[in-house]
Amino acid sequence: MNETSQRLGEVIEASTTGFTAQCYELYDLPPLGSLVRTGDSTNGLFAVVCHAVTEGLEPGRKPIARGKDEPDEESIFQSNPQLSKLLRSEFSTLVVGHRKGGRILQYLPPQPARIHSFVHACTAEESKDFGRTFGFLNILLNAKIETPADELIAATLRIMGASYADPRPFLIGAGKELASLLGEDYGKLKAILERIKP
Amino acid sequence: MNEDVRLGLVVSGSLSEGVAVRLDSKASVEDVVVGRYVTIEGKSRRFLGMITDVKLDASDERMTFAPPDPGDTFSAEILSGTSAYGLLTVTPYLVIGGDSKAVVEGPQPVKTIPSHFSPVGLSSDSDIELVFGKEDDKRFWIGNPLDMETKLCLNLPELVKRSNGIFGKSGTGKTFLTRILLIGMLQKSACVNLVFDMHSEYGWEGSSEKGRKVKALKQLFPTKVSIFSLDEENARRRQVSTDFIVKIGYDEIEPEDMALLRQTLNLTDLAVEACFTLRKHFGRNWIKSTLEIDAGEESEELLKSLTIHESSFQSLKRGLGTITRLSFMQPHVEQRAVDFVLKYLQQGTNVVLEFGRYTDITAYILVANLLTRRIYSQYRDQTEKALAEDTKPPAPLVITIEEAHKFLNPEVASQTIFGTIAREMRKYNCTLLVIDQRPSGIDSEVMSQLGTKITCLLDNEKDIDSVLAGISGKNELKGVLAKLASKQQALVFGHAVPMPVAFSPREYGSRESYKDFTPAETSPREVEKNIDELWR
Repeated sequence: MNETSQRLGEVIEASTTGFTAQCYELYDLPPLGSLVRTGDSTNGLFAVVCHAVTEGLEPGRKPIARGKDEPDEESIFQSNPQLSKLLRSEFSTLVVGHRKGGRILQYLPPQPARIHSFVHACTAEESKDFGRTFGFLNILLNAKIETPADELIAATLRIMGASYADPRPFLIGAGKELASLLGEDYGKLKAILERIKP
Repeated sequence: MNEDVRLGLVVSGSLSEGVAVRLDSKASVEDVVVGRYVTIEGKSRRFLGMITDVKLDASDERMTFAPPDPGDTFSAEILSGTSAYGLLTVTPYLVIGGDSKAVVEGPQPVKTIPSHFSPVGLSSDSDIELVFGKEDDKRFWIGNPLDMETKLCLNLPELVKRSNGIFGKSGTGKTFLTRILLIGMLQKSACVNLVFDMHSEYGWEGSSEKGRKVKALKQLFPTKVSIFSLDEENARRRQVSTDFIVKIGYDEIEPEDMALLRQTLNLTDLAVEACFTLRKHFGRNWIKSTLEIDAGEESEELLKSLTIHESSFQSLKRGLGTITRLSFMQPHVEQRAVDFVLKYLQQGTNVVLEFGRYTDITAYILVANLLTRRIYSQYRDQTEKALAEDTKPPAPLVITIEEAHKFLNPEVASQTIFGTIAREMRKYNCTLLVIDQRPSGIDSEVMSQLGTKITCLLDNEKDIDSVLAGISGKNELKGVLAKLASKQQALVFGHAVPMPVAFSPREYGSRESYKDFTPAETSPREVEKNIDELWR
């Protein structure tokens, strides 16, 4: 791996199908649909960011509006430097595969992620490695999450496609896999294809 | 199977209706045509079949209501071959087993179908060669399977064991095909041919639709073919060297011959009956005697005593008048044509009987039936004798007739000798080559007895039905037959071929093609050398 992957945060909640991570910096969230990983180049999990939230540290305590007398939004944080410590950004992911002894396997891992595992954004190289097969699309398609599956899949493919000089062959391959998965649901397939068209 | 031309996978099907093959996304429906051969690699054996239908299908029918935008090549590329795909219907015909025993036995007719997801590809030339064999001393190259380089060879000794038919609309290439087949028989089947050549196009030369002259049998095989002609003047005008001018005596005509002409001469049933009575009364010279009966008391009494009604008699007399006006008809002929035909045939010479200007169907039916009846009875006697004495039977005889529906229509098929030959087939070593453009007019009993049928384009529903009657996978072949090109494409199926095959006949008419047909001749230099050696 030539590029060093950016560390995004730490796992604070984990289950078999996904995990939630907290960002080190407020609003330093990975984009929706981006591929992240835990572990190293031999063992670890791959996940797709499916949801993100920024809220106060204490569950019962809502933030209040503070900018009435400030000229711009930036100034609110300058006047209240504690804010960036009282708020936190978290993102949830769907586990779409794992790496075992260096091999990438596109099905759920035997164990969930560990709490406090570091979460890294995947590099273009890792993303290409992972995108050689399309088994992950079925996991995304069947996930029970708030984000609509077609939006999430389209976002994932757009981001993964961006790691190629010419994304068309990759997108065509993924599109064909989706076409066979969504053989009975042309409406959904069409919606995704509209969103990933290069 | 040729790996480069993989088409798709077997996804469903049945033995009776053929298997459905889903096309791979790489293969385009536009490149596969009905009539092509495909090889299916089953788990333990290989199947050979023919594409009989091509269809477009979609996994979700909503796609047909809201197809992607025509400019959207991205979606189109993804959807084609996945959600929207091509389906082929393949009728399997032959199976080639995987074990060594099966290799020795060769291809066998199918009794099952390939399993799910067997890969399907276009048949390679070697697959086709395995089925139809290579060109050798028995197999004759008649053409190439559609879109293929392989030679399609027919086993001619096998072919002539049964009566065969060549069908097709007018102008589809029946005559060219027949000429090719006749040449093949001449070279490879050890049979002799008798061709009733209504339009004088098999003997000396014929012409193509473009008006170009093409050589016929006698020009290509001068020593093996003799031309008989009914019309000396016509033959002379065309500068055709004839071997015999056929004349027929009134006394050679039997009442049975008249019965066959009932329709063309517009005779009543009673008039035909009268022929038999008159033949009995007058003996061999019945026609001459009948024509000599004038109106008068004596005649009236004669007719009365024979219980022939006056109107029937007039009808018959009109009919006889038509026949006797044909200039090749003479009261008595010393050299009977039938004896000469038989003599030539027995010497192994093929006989083409040209009708010259007598292209009228009456002359054709009369002469063809008359000659064939005698020849057939001679053949029967000889074969029976050979059987009894355990000697060699006469060489197989193939009689070629055109406009066959006139001889073999349901009304007369039971009476004519051609009906008998078609039905009794090879018992007496005598078979028919039937050429016709309206196969529906031929008696179904006769059609069912034809061993191998070669058919060019037919578009009348009845004709297609009658040609394909009784063959397995009829509906599938119907599609193939109806989609043949209007020229130079044909479908062959039946006894002499292991499976039906659509093919384009080999070229005929160019100088190179003649060279291919005639065996390599010795060069003049070699001839000189041979002569020198002879004198030494």
